[in-house]
Amino acid sequence: MIKIEIDGKLIETENGVTVIEAAHQAGIAIPHFCYHKKLSIAANCRMCLVQVEKAPKPLPACATSVAEGMKVYTHSAQAVKAQKGVMEFLLINHPLDCPICDQGGECMLQDISVGYGGVASRYHEEKRAVLGKDIGPLVSAEEMSRCINCTRCVRFGQEIAGMMELGQAFRGEHAEIMSFVSGTVDSELSGNMIDLCPVGALTSKPFRYKARSWELSRRRSVSAHDSLGTSLAVQTKSNRVLRVLPIENDDINECWLSDKDRFAYEGLNSAERLTKPMIKQDGKWHEVEWQTALEFVANGLRHLANGAGAAHIGALATANSTLEEMYLLQKLVRGLGSNNVDFRLRQTDFSGDGKQQGTPWLGMSIADISRADRLLIVGSFLRKDHPLLAARIRRAVKNGAQVNIIHSADDDLLMNVANKAIVAPDALLETLNQVARDVAAQKDVGIAASLRSGERVAVLLGNFAQQHPQAAQLQAAAQQIAAATNGKFGFFGEAANSVGGYLANAVPGTQGLNAAAMLETPRKAYLLLNVEPELDCANPQQAMAAMHTADLVVSLSAYKHHALEYADVLLPIAPFTETSGTFVSTEGRVQSFKGAVKPLGEARPAWKVLRVLGNLLKVAGFEYDTSEAVRDEALHGMDVAARLDNGIGAVEAKPYAGQGGLQRVSDVPIYATDAVVRRSAPLQATTDASMPRVWMRSEELGKLGVQPGTTVRVSQGGASVALAAALDDRLPKGVVRVAAGHAATAALGAMFGTITLERA
Amino acid sequence: MAKISSFFKSFLLLELLKGMAVTGKHFFAHKVTVQYPDEKTPQSFRFRGLHAQRRYPNGEERCIACKLCEAVCPALAIKIEVAEREDGSRRTTQYDIDLTKCIFCGFCEESCPVDAIVETRVFEYHGEKRGDLYYTKPMLLAVGDKHEAQIAKDRAADAKYR
Repeated sequence: MIKIEIDGKLIETENGVTVIEAAHQAGIAIPHFCYHKKLSIAANCRMCLVQVEKAPKPLPACATSVAEGMKVYTHSAQAVKAQKGVMEFLLINHPLDCPICDQGGECMLQDISVGYGGVASRYHEEKRAVLGKDIGPLVSAEEMSRCINCTRCVRFGQEIAGMMELGQAFRGEHAEIMSFVSGTVDSELSGNMIDLCPVGALTSKPFRYKARSWELSRRRSVSAHDSLGTSLAVQTKSNRVLRVLPIENDDINECWLSDKDRFAYEGLNSAERLTKPMIKQDGKWHEVEWQTALEFVANGLRHLANGAGAAHIGALATANSTLEEMYLLQKLVRGLGSNNVDFRLRQTDFSGDGKQQGTPWLGMSIADISRADRLLIVGSFLRKDHPLLAARIRRAVKNGAQVNIIHSADDDLLMNVANKAIVAPDALLETLNQVARDVAAQKDVGIAASLRSGERVAVLLGNFAQQHPQAAQLQAAAQQIAAATNGKFGFFGEAANSVGGYLANAVPGTQGLNAAAMLETPRKAYLLLNVEPELDCANPQQAMAAMHTADLVVSLSAYKHHALEYADVLLPIAPFTETSGTFVSTEGRVQSFKGAVKPLGEARPAWKVLRVLGNLLKVAGFEYDTSEAVRDEALHGMDVAARLDNGIGAVEAKPYAGQGGLQRVSDVPIYATDAVVRRSAPLQATTDASMPRVWMRSEELGKLGVQPGTTVRVSQGGASVALAAALDDRLPKGVVRVAAGHAATAALGAMFGTITLERA
Repeated sequence: MAKISSFFKSFLLLELLKGMAVTGKHFFAHKVTVQYPDEKTPQSFRFRGLHAQRRYPNGEERCIACKLCEAVCPALAIKIEVAEREDGSRRTTQYDIDLTKCIFCGFCEESCPVDAIVETRVFEYHGEKRGDLYYTKPMLLAVGDKHEAQIAKDRAADAKYR
């Protein structure tokens, strides 16, 4: 600790911090543009010039380290003169088009120029003009003349997103920010550049001219699109969500937000929204009143429960339903006498059920990931499935951590990977077991050597590992490795409420059927909560067959979708911005939120719909007035932290089914994960949401005799689809990668299994 | 003594004559009453009457939908909706002033960066129904088109004081 003096105030601070950091800690404001606490120091805007005693000239506060006895003056005549001079230079080339600029009202340049700008400009010559650029559907770079060349966006790309997609070209007055790799900015974190840009050069394209910042009301919310539990500020105007911004939370999302969370709101008011309850009669859909629809459902369920038996009722929910919704769904189904309820729709291996010692979770706090020094990530499309966790790990790697990967696809993680084993899905378990044996035998080879050399080891299983047909054995192997290295192990949660589903008991237990079994042996009635079976289930073929044979399919959904083909009743429910609820993030953080806007049309929060269904079916204990009451009952007397446990007992060894032939590897594309995201037009216009292709090695292309781009026919389980072929020689041998969760591949079968290719 | 003076004052009708003098003075003096509507009082070039939306000489509407007037309006009388026009410019799709709410403070005019919303010298407007005083964008533009010459002259006269 050293002592310095800023504006006559004595401050004790750590050695090595910069003057601007010390000043901020003491609550002294120093104007700045290029400095950002999460980015490296550039010191190119010069706005933070301050006077330092004994220094002949003003010094930039962001790039000057504190020293013992230093005396800093931020508002002395010399400092203010320097700051005003810089401001005048910055404004020389700035177009001053604040009235039409989307940043107007929340602009750092505007704010600081009030304090440091002149009344009128002394500059009467022509201003510099920079041409606008099209850098993709999310970030608008239309007005690059506004840019003050602080390079925050460039540094963000290099340091946080891992890919330098924007750069500064040319020199002096001709310097300008441009994209130079691909023309567009394709990072899954690109929206953060909008927040970082201190002026209106980079703005949100979907939000362009929609509203001024002062008109918007802010509502606190929690992200529904990934398992991180990101804190969101949902900004609304006239009962419509117009923008979503991050709320700074150092334990979760820091100050970042993934594009998925930021731009998904555009899907909330999609034309596909279901706004009235609908019933199918004689093959035709009719819009009806809520009362009629609910009575129809209640009668149908009662009839079935009294007749064929309640075991013929199955309930499926997606893992991004709220805790309350899942709790009421399982309570309703159990009240009717059935235990068939599940939310793990893409899981295929349920042999761990009954052997889990608790609720599977991340196994550590999110902040712990940054502190880990050796990581083993098994079966994860990390960058696309968990963009912000990937950014955290990327920074950990920069700080010296080692990342080891075991996976069936070799996507560029934009970080240095110490060891990687890219193997076919049938060899995934063996590879992990080998690491476990190496670690146990204290061998220093490959991944085992890396893990053994660390002090804080983290073994993490991704979505692919959880959906893998040998998931339970993978979990057991990870447990062994973590135990042998004195580390922690856990799961990257697949969706917003992957942990909450367990806490709500929306799992079948020992008597009921799990998600896969419910579809394998079709039920007579299905209750679907937010589910689009052809996109959300592990085996869409099987799921659709089950839906088509069922007598009664009740779809609680915010959207009109394929359910029009197979369902009997559509009940419009509210997405997360229109209902109150609770998500339990992958690190076990229970976060409740309130609705930001009123439900659209006659849509109603799903917990209310399920409550009324419970009342109509005369199931006891459905007298709730608020979602908080539901939550309190669901979590009553529960110590959530104590419930979280990734431990698993002995699991039976099970061979990988479906060997021989080409093995399918499936990812769920980043913008196909849930119903809202699938309907967000700007996200669907990104490169990440482009049409799925069949990725294969050059041998396979050669065997088929096709070039990348040629259409090939992909067959699985008796159905086939035509997709463009694409070359990926980093895939393991005998593996073909076809995305799941997308309408173009929904006709195919399970996410894992054999697949055949032929020329179209 | 007082009695004598009072006697002469009343005898000579002095009080009456004094009163008559006042009456006579006002009777022949210059009249301040304006015979509206045949006559009108002079107006300042800063007169704050009916609102108008102005156009540039080439016919392009001035308003760029910055919404500063909406934000500054103390009576919340202005409602604006914005959209991007085909040529990419920022324009209003709706610009309404509720004259029954307006208090004619002139803040909207003062906040406008492009002199688009102005208050004209027109004060003789009326509405037979309440809704008639809800002025929409075409109505405001029509007012502007009609009085543009006067508006421009007034702005020019005020320019040196701003």
